[in-house]
Amino acid sequence: MNTKHKEKNEQVQYSALAGVSRREFLKTTMKAGVFIASSDYLLNSSENLVQLVAMKQGKEEFLFAYISDSHLLARGKEHRFARALIKAVEDVNAMEPQPDFVFYGGDLAQLGLREELLLGKDIIAPLKPKVYMMVGEHDWYYDMGEAWKEFFGKPTYSFDHKGVHFIVLNSVIVEDYWSETKMSPMERMLFMAQLDNPKGRPFTVGEEQRKWLKEDLSRVGKGTPIVVFSHSPLYKYYKPWNFWTDDAEEVQKLLAPFKSVTVIHGHTHQVLTNKIKNIVFHGILSTAWPWPYAPEGIPKLTIQMDRADPFNQFDGTGWGMAGITSRGKVNKTYNLWDRNPMVVSYEKLLSGKEHVAGHSY
Amino acid sequence: MKLLYKYFLCFCLCLTMITYSAKAEDGSAYDASHDVQLSQEKAVQIVTACDGRKKVIVEGCNEGDVMPEQKARKVAELLMQLMEFCEEEITAKLPKTEMFIQLSINGMPYVTVRDAEEIPLILVHGGKSHTEREKKVWAAEMDRMINEGYALFHNPSLGKNGISCDMCHPDASNTHPETYPKYQTQMNKAVLLRDMINWCIENPMEGEKLAEDDSKMKAVEAYILSARAGKKLDPGKH
Ligand code: HEC
Repeated sequence: MNTKHKEKNEQVQYSALAGVSRREFLKTTMKAGVFIASSDYLLNSSENLVQLVAMKQGKEEFLFAYISDSHLLARGKEHRFARALIKAVEDVNAMEPQPDFVFYGGDLAQLGLREELLLGKDIIAPLKPKVYMMVGEHDWYYDMGEAWKEFFGKPTYSFDHKGVHFIVLNSVIVEDYWSETKMSPMERMLFMAQLDNPKGRPFTVGEEQRKWLKEDLSRVGKGTPIVVFSHSPLYKYYKPWNFWTDDAEEVQKLLAPFKSVTVIHGHTHQVLTNKIKNIVFHGILSTAWPWPYAPEGIPKLTIQMDRADPFNQFDGTGWGMAGITSRGKVNKTYNLWDRNPMVVSYEKLLSGKEHVAGHSY
Repeated sequence: MKLLYKYFLCFCLCLTMITYSAKAEDGSAYDASHDVQLSQEKAVQIVTACDGRKKVIVEGCNEGDVMPEQKARKVAELLMQLMEFCEEEITAKLPKTEMFIQLSINGMPYVTVRDAEEIPLILVHGGKSHTEREKKVWAAEMDRMINEGYALFHNPSLGKNGISCDMCHPDASNTHPETYPKYQTQMNKAVLLRDMINWCIENPMEGEKLAEDDSKMKAVEAYILSARAGKKLDPGKH
């Protein structure tokens, strides 16, 4: 890490730990399932947390970073959402060692406009590692993905990296609600952009992509670790806010034969952890704003992040990292700006009985 | 015309008073049991108006007695006032002292008034139950206010940077109106819901704050309050 970042990080760590004895801190950290390799942790806190985590599930082989849900408006780089994305890009560029690649989790734009997408493209251009893009509903429903595809390519694809098979899906497909009512493109977009729209349609991966997925997976060995990226969670959390994928079970079924599967999804703007059979699901943070937890359906394994402080734009928001072990397991880090990072290691998930009842919203 | 009507009423009344000066027990046009009980203990005479819907229980007069003229006039006047007032069934109790009158409308509990002049004050709905039409109008008016708030909440117009409340507060979650008034540490004082609404307008949305009596403020409050109605209060949590 460069020094600027190092200093800042140390400051954050220490201020957050004030009042907690070192022993206590280690104890709680251990309890949370994070295994600290060296007791010099505090002296060395600028080191990458994930690299300090020793795992039974294999040595950590490589690391990628994620940035997501920036919801840019066509209002230049001074707008608060643009500033937040710029901050994330700077943070990732300051990582040392650099992650193998950066994954963007969708909703780069707020209203799917070319200007918004171009602004986003411009802001993430300085990212040093290779960037993989995924589409979100806010990028899509103004022109049905035309501009996004022009700038970033196919929304559905797969690639292999150091023995892991990565799959990127477009999980924000909904049935046509706009033709019959003759909505204009902007009306269609605004209808989709409203999270609490009582008439909203549930997201799907859709038959076409499921077919593609089946074919793609047919070429992959059952022992090969798989990481799937989707914008919506590939399970059913809370339908009224579309924290939901309607054909989730069918997608899960296609992934069932594989030994190690991790789904990493955007859209929910919160720390979110779930496990269904062989599949582990991780949410990712938004750079723009945090969402409250839904009134019901929160997966048991989730240790909820605290309520955000409305007086601080950078509370409850941020970016993150994922470390992949030699066995293809994922250790997930949420880099909450202005708070301690939250690490959800695979170890922790396996022992994950410590459901913490969160706030009611 | 009105005078004629009064005469007619008076005529009716006199008739009933003569022909229907009934025993309390079988003058059972009203069924409140305490009335029966009362009538067993005390001497009462029940006088019913010719519409059959207004009755006066005259205390201190035995059934069959001929009422003193002054009393009879008082009772007749009272019945007339009640009949002019509304069509509903009203039972009035006139105590011997005539210091006050107790009224029960449509079998509802008795309310006490000092004299007949006060009847309209007590029976605020004019003694009528609300019509379906009235209820519809009121519900529509209330919905209009809430819907106006919903629209403002789901629209960037309150701010200047294209951001709207619903982006961070879907279904008004996290607004916790049930927790106000409360001390906001960041503002260093106890505040009301509207202060926090204004805070979010000025800060995340970079807009100009609303006056407290601005109809927009009222509408936003109306939406938040209605969306969160019935939510459990979790002291100390929010
Ligand atoms: C960029 C995100 C954002 C936007 C936009 C926003 N708020 Fe907030 N607001 C917050 C956060 C975060 C909190 C703190 C939530 C908590 O206490 O858990 C908050 C708190 C509040 C509270 C106080 C909640 C409490 O627990 O006391 C109210 C009321 C409120 N907002 C109303 C509004 C209204 C009305 C608007 C639109 C004019 C709005 N907010 C726009 C982020 C936002």
